[in-house]
Amino acid sequence: MTDLSKGPAPESGGLMVKAEKVHKSFGRLEVLKGIDLEVRPGEVMCVVGPSGSGKSTFLRCINHLEKINAGRLWVNGHLVGYRESGGKLYELRDREVAAQRREIGMVFQRFNLFPHMTALENVMEAPCRVKKQPKAEVRERAVALLTRVGLGDKVHNYPSQLSGGQQQRVAIARALAMEPALMLFDEPTSALDPELVGEVLETMKQLALDGMTMVVVTHEMGFAREVGDSLVFMDGGVVVEEGTPREVLANPQHRRTQDFLSKVL
Amino acid sequence: MTDDKEAAGGRPEAIKAVPVRHPGRWLGGAVVLVLVAMFVHFLLTSKALEWSEQWKYLFSAPVLKGVRNTVWLTIAAMVGGVVLGIILALMRLSANPLLRGAAWGYLWFFRGTPLYTQLLIWGAIGTLFPTVGVGIPFGPEFATWKTQELVNAAIAASLGLILNEAAYMAEIVRAGILSVDEGQQEAASALGMSKMQTMRRIVLPQAMRVIVPPTGNESISMLKNTSLVAAVPYSELTFTAQTIYASTYKIIPMLVMACLWYLLISSVMMVGQYYLERYYSKGTSKGAEARQRLRFRGGGGGQ
Repeated sequence: MTDLSKGPAPESGGLMVKAEKVHKSFGRLEVLKGIDLEVRPGEVMCVVGPSGSGKSTFLRCINHLEKINAGRLWVNGHLVGYRESGGKLYELRDREVAAQRREIGMVFQRFNLFPHMTALENVMEAPCRVKKQPKAEVRERAVALLTRVGLGDKVHNYPSQLSGGQQQRVAIARALAMEPALMLFDEPTSALDPELVGEVLETMKQLALDGMTMVVVTHEMGFAREVGDSLVFMDGGVVVEEGTPREVLANPQHRRTQDFLSKVL
Repeated sequence: MTDDKEAAGGRPEAIKAVPVRHPGRWLGGAVVLVLVAMFVHFLLTSKALEWSEQWKYLFSAPVLKGVRNTVWLTIAAMVGGVVLGIILALMRLSANPLLRGAAWGYLWFFRGTPLYTQLLIWGAIGTLFPTVGVGIPFGPEFATWKTQELVNAAIAASLGLILNEAAYMAEIVRAGILSVDEGQQEAASALGMSKMQTMRRIVLPQAMRVIVPPTGNESISMLKNTSLVAAVPYSELTFTAQTIYASTYKIIPMLVMACLWYLLISSVMMVGQYYLERYYSKGTSKGAEARQRLRFRGGGGGQ
């Protein structure tokens, strides 16, 4: 949106996300060891892998919640977290990073709704405070969004009065209220009771059908097969295998993928 | 019991057992009753209390002025202490080691020395810093004032209390901020909110639930600590009582009268604390219910 319309970025060639040899370390522990990935606009990419494989970390690098140590990462044609000029990288200011994040919605495993605000206030907060849009307009849109995720009758409830599945759907509506170009899902159903998983996946499926570009870290292979355009299997900080969900799930090429899938399917 | 009929229909008879006797409780209750009776008797008959003397001064002009000074000192000290405390807490949580170190040093000094001693120093501040001025550090000054003239007793007393209180409030605020789940800041960042917005809109309102109860205690402590500004010296309630009995020699009546005033003010503060805590429990299961009730009572507002 605002700051992101600065000039073309030929390196990312019309891609929504482009990762080039992305490395990330926490202290001496290298979590990402050179990730190369491309997400086209409108694509739904599911990322699977054992815990500790670096998939959540990679997702968090995409909206700069984690700083990468090496490589390059572009979102919507813009280098994430840095500005390149004259062959040198400059760190972006907090304000500029915040502006980049407005284009990217994120849904967390543990919802992270603001507990002191109602569902409606949660959804309205960012458009009102960050984009400074008029309150009446935002409210109308927020009610529409909450209705779209099936919570039109819960707008005045606080998160503590909602089930896990309802909270996660509010979180999705909250991210959508910023009208992002890309949505990131970090294991959105892992903290839910089994009977509540379906309603969240259904909401995500609707979103995919509406053409949203999505990167979904998940353990829901059924969702990946049904909704995903591509499936990425990560292990030990690298992308082991990548392809359409049907290919990868039905006919995994790598030993590690076969091992993992035999455990979860 | 009322379910004798049910008993006939298969449900066993309700238990009717002889309860365990608690002679200790009866004895304890009797002791307390006797003590209370003795105390009431003392209040009603003691000559030393001289209720009429207390009544004569309770609403007299000098006492009311003392009460006013006590109240404004408490408010000023708490407001100033909270504001400065938030700044110090943010400094202690800062990524900048110099800011962290400075805040730590501040806390080290103001928590490590007695308030009474600090207030004595404020009384002699003119000796410590003869002049205050605006200028370039270690360079020329553009304007200079005599400290004695600039800092009168009221300012010295309130500054002394504020600076001391800020050290304690800083720790309370810091604990409150740390109590807020890290995921909250991440969610706010992911939405593109700035650090300031995140702090003001997301973190602090939630931290308040942890901050308010100890701050209530601090306020009530402060009400009583204002009596220490006699060290400056500045005249508040206790000081006024002392001034009066210095000429009338009615020591106990004046001190008891001061206690009555303190009790009245602290009672009012406790009521305020109750409502403040309820306000900041918004979103917790308890607070939400209270608000829902209010909304229904208010005729379905909120929209």
